[in-house]
Amino acid sequence: MTPTPSIRLLLAVAVLCLGACGERGEDFGAPGDRRLQPVELMLLENGRPDPAVLAAGQVVHRGSGEEPETLDPHLATGAPSSHILRDLFEGLTTESADGELIPGVALRWNISRNARTYTFYLRRELAWSSGEPLTAADFLYSLRRAADPRTAANAATMLLPIQNAREVLAGELPVEELGVMLLDDYTLQITLTGPTPYFLGLLAHPIAYPVNRSNIERYGDQFSRPGNLVSNGAYVLSRWVPRVQIVLEKNPFYREAERTLVERVHYYPIEDLSSEVKAFRAGDIDWTNEVPNNQFKWLQRHYPDELVVSPWMGSYFFGFNLNREPFADNPSLRMALNLAIDRLILTDKVAQFGEQPAFSLVPPGMDGYVPFVPEYADWTQEEREHEARRLYEQAGYSQERPLRVEIRYNTSENHKKMALAVASMWKQVLGVNTTLVNEEFRVFLQNRAQKTVTEVFRAGWVSDYNDPYSFLEMFRTGHGRNDYGYSNSTFDALLDQIGMERVRARRERLMFEAERLLMADHVIIPVYTYVTKRLVSRQLRGWQNNVMDHHPTRHMYKLRLQGAADVSAGEREE
Amino acid sequence: MKQEGILRHTGTRFLGLIPTLLVLITIAFFLIRIAPGGPFDSEKVLPPEIRANLDAKYHLDEPLLQQYFRYLGQIMSGDFGPSFQYKDWSVNELIGRGFPVSATLGGLAMLLAFVVGTLIGIAAALRQNTAVDYSVMGVAMLGISIPNFVVAPLLILGLAVYAGWLPAGGWDWSWQRMVLPVITLALPVIAYIARLMRGSMIEVLHSNYIRTARAKGLPEHVVIRRHALKPAILPVISYMGPAMAALITGSVVIERIYSIPGLGSYFVQGALNRDYTLVMGVVIFYGVVIIVLNFIVDLLYAGLNPRIRYDEAQ
Repeated sequence: MTPTPSIRLLLAVAVLCLGACGERGEDFGAPGDRRLQPVELMLLENGRPDPAVLAAGQVVHRGSGEEPETLDPHLATGAPSSHILRDLFEGLTTESADGELIPGVALRWNISRNARTYTFYLRRELAWSSGEPLTAADFLYSLRRAADPRTAANAATMLLPIQNAREVLAGELPVEELGVMLLDDYTLQITLTGPTPYFLGLLAHPIAYPVNRSNIERYGDQFSRPGNLVSNGAYVLSRWVPRVQIVLEKNPFYREAERTLVERVHYYPIEDLSSEVKAFRAGDIDWTNEVPNNQFKWLQRHYPDELVVSPWMGSYFFGFNLNREPFADNPSLRMALNLAIDRLILTDKVAQFGEQPAFSLVPPGMDGYVPFVPEYADWTQEEREHEARRLYEQAGYSQERPLRVEIRYNTSENHKKMALAVASMWKQVLGVNTTLVNEEFRVFLQNRAQKTVTEVFRAGWVSDYNDPYSFLEMFRTGHGRNDYGYSNSTFDALLDQIGMERVRARRERLMFEAERLLMADHVIIPVYTYVTKRLVSRQLRGWQNNVMDHHPTRHMYKLRLQGAADVSAGEREE
Repeated sequence: MKQEGILRHTGTRFLGLIPTLLVLITIAFFLIRIAPGGPFDSEKVLPPEIRANLDAKYHLDEPLLQQYFRYLGQIMSGDFGPSFQYKDWSVNELIGRGFPVSATLGGLAMLLAFVVGTLIGIAAALRQNTAVDYSVMGVAMLGISIPNFVVAPLLILGLAVYAGWLPAGGWDWSWQRMVLPVITLALPVIAYIARLMRGSMIEVLHSNYIRTARAKGLPEHVVIRRHALKPAILPVISYMGPAMAALITGSVVIERIYSIPGLGSYFVQGALNRDYTLVMGVVIFYGVVIIVLNFIVDLLYAGLNPRIRYDEAQ
């Protein structure tokens, strides 16, 4: 059969188009401004950038992932809201560019000997973006509001270390009973139920941000709208078009307004990762929230200077349901499955994003904690596989009598690839027959929590605050996220001890013990620790990588481009 | 007589809308509640105290039937309630902001598709079985078969990233940002309309009355314009009702790829997040739009097709 003329024409057009597209792809990696290099960064003696190297328009365009669910700091839960709220508000403590905890509204603080009473001395002469003075009373009001059952704040979980917070949240005590006390206009005392080493870090979280009382009383649940919102951070809300953009302008009343260089920041909730990359390549944004896995190699080749990959405080792993066959009371089998996977292949070839292979739960780099490393981490993969086969047989399985198992994951291309790779490794090394089951996210969560149908399931954890304890505590007996059915009284006792311990080194040793115990019980199969991955314009400086992935705009600035024409994304927009 | 028939028909159809909507609301309300998981489930579990506060705030602690009647009462007054996911906005506001965007894009896409689609359909029909016909229809086939999630990124790459003529996405009501989404939305519809138009045009051109018209010596363009066009366009009109409804209520794919704040994503996001109020609001709105559009198509049909007269149908 000979193709008709029209089909031949079509083929010709298609071939031409493909050829042309491919060719241009090689020649023009990016739009015009990419060929203009930013000028060399020059710092003054005080560590600040030399004004001569700065771009004329200090406007930053940032991708922010999804649409923020709210700009009410107390109701916010997800990362998209938090990124923006960090620009709008400042807590008693705050973070430097590298994520180090530094004084915020509080100039200094005292911690009592029993580590349960914190006294904060606030900076004087601070003001809200409305010009009103900012005092300790604002924090008293705000913490009470955050804990008020009527506010119904998700993130109020983080306030639980505060005395009486649980009772206040349960409606058993009035909010006035919350362990927060006003000593004078600029002194605030917070009493805790037990030593909480990460408490100062919690105060930098949106749940502990101050909100303006008269603002809320005047506008009610519309106080977080542009024009209404009064904030105390480096920026104020100037525009908010849902799912289009959020624009923040510099707050002249901010305590470090003089040192804040970026005048305006635009946040774009670009949900589709590929579209976000395209917006970056077209020069529309300076900073992406993420990049898609399947474009990593290409971006590495074409945007080596813009692609930024950095460790993040999250872990990816698989969990066992210990309540059911075949994994209940069968640690050898669990260990066999753990040893049979080749993490190097999983990170290099499947995840592909510079993720670090992991043999334990807590990611490295969290608040100075050095995670436990099991002995088999140092073995070669052959040794691990050999041991895996021995354990598999010891557990009563063989090539003739193979294990049949289900891996359950929530629907996602990346999870699927990972589960598929793990299944094929099990098949190859042990002869396990694996079925993959994917479920919509909330169905998956419910099945995990019920522990009746799951066998092996995808799990992961990204911490809200920089403390390894947040990874360990979900394995406590009866914890709401203990979908493993793990129950070990020694482990629980260790967690109790960690909660009471106030000497840092001792606490770290206890956490190490707990993690070691957890790994010895083979409750999970660690796979890798997360990284953050994004494209950042070479013009944009001042930010630094940190495990929390917190990047307030107030630390940033934009470099001038070489040559006369300065075409930063910001100015083209105008 | 004829006017009266149409009026009576209109009245009956509008009354019929109420039970239809009620059934829709009821099914949607209970369906989304049957779906496992709730709006506040996430990988981070909430302590029971906090969970209870959230449930109380959104009345999720009440019996389901009570919630249902509360909801019915609420929408009677035109209030779809607050969104569970986008906490700073009410569902009314979200639909109020999303729909104009989707309707504009969808309307423009429909207009483009109608004009281009019918024109190339007619052109192909008049040159049936020639190279023009084959190539136009071949391209149309391509338009139907290439999914928009392939077309959209290609358009962005070509026209925004490499050429730099148009923005890569985003929304500000400027025509530059509408071009690519409108084209992407219109392409499959153009193709579909062209095929419909070609088919029905060929059929009409072979009918006896056209032969008669030609035999009377009327010039070809008059035959087409005056006699063939109106009956030939009927299938296109009846296709346009549902197509229009689909276009103006927004497409998730297009909205995601071009970062457009339309209505389509709220539907999908709302369902995935178990954002009960948002899903319900969009479903009801969607239902009303479809019913109204089908109704308009019926009226248009009556105007165009002499064989349908409502007074006779009674």
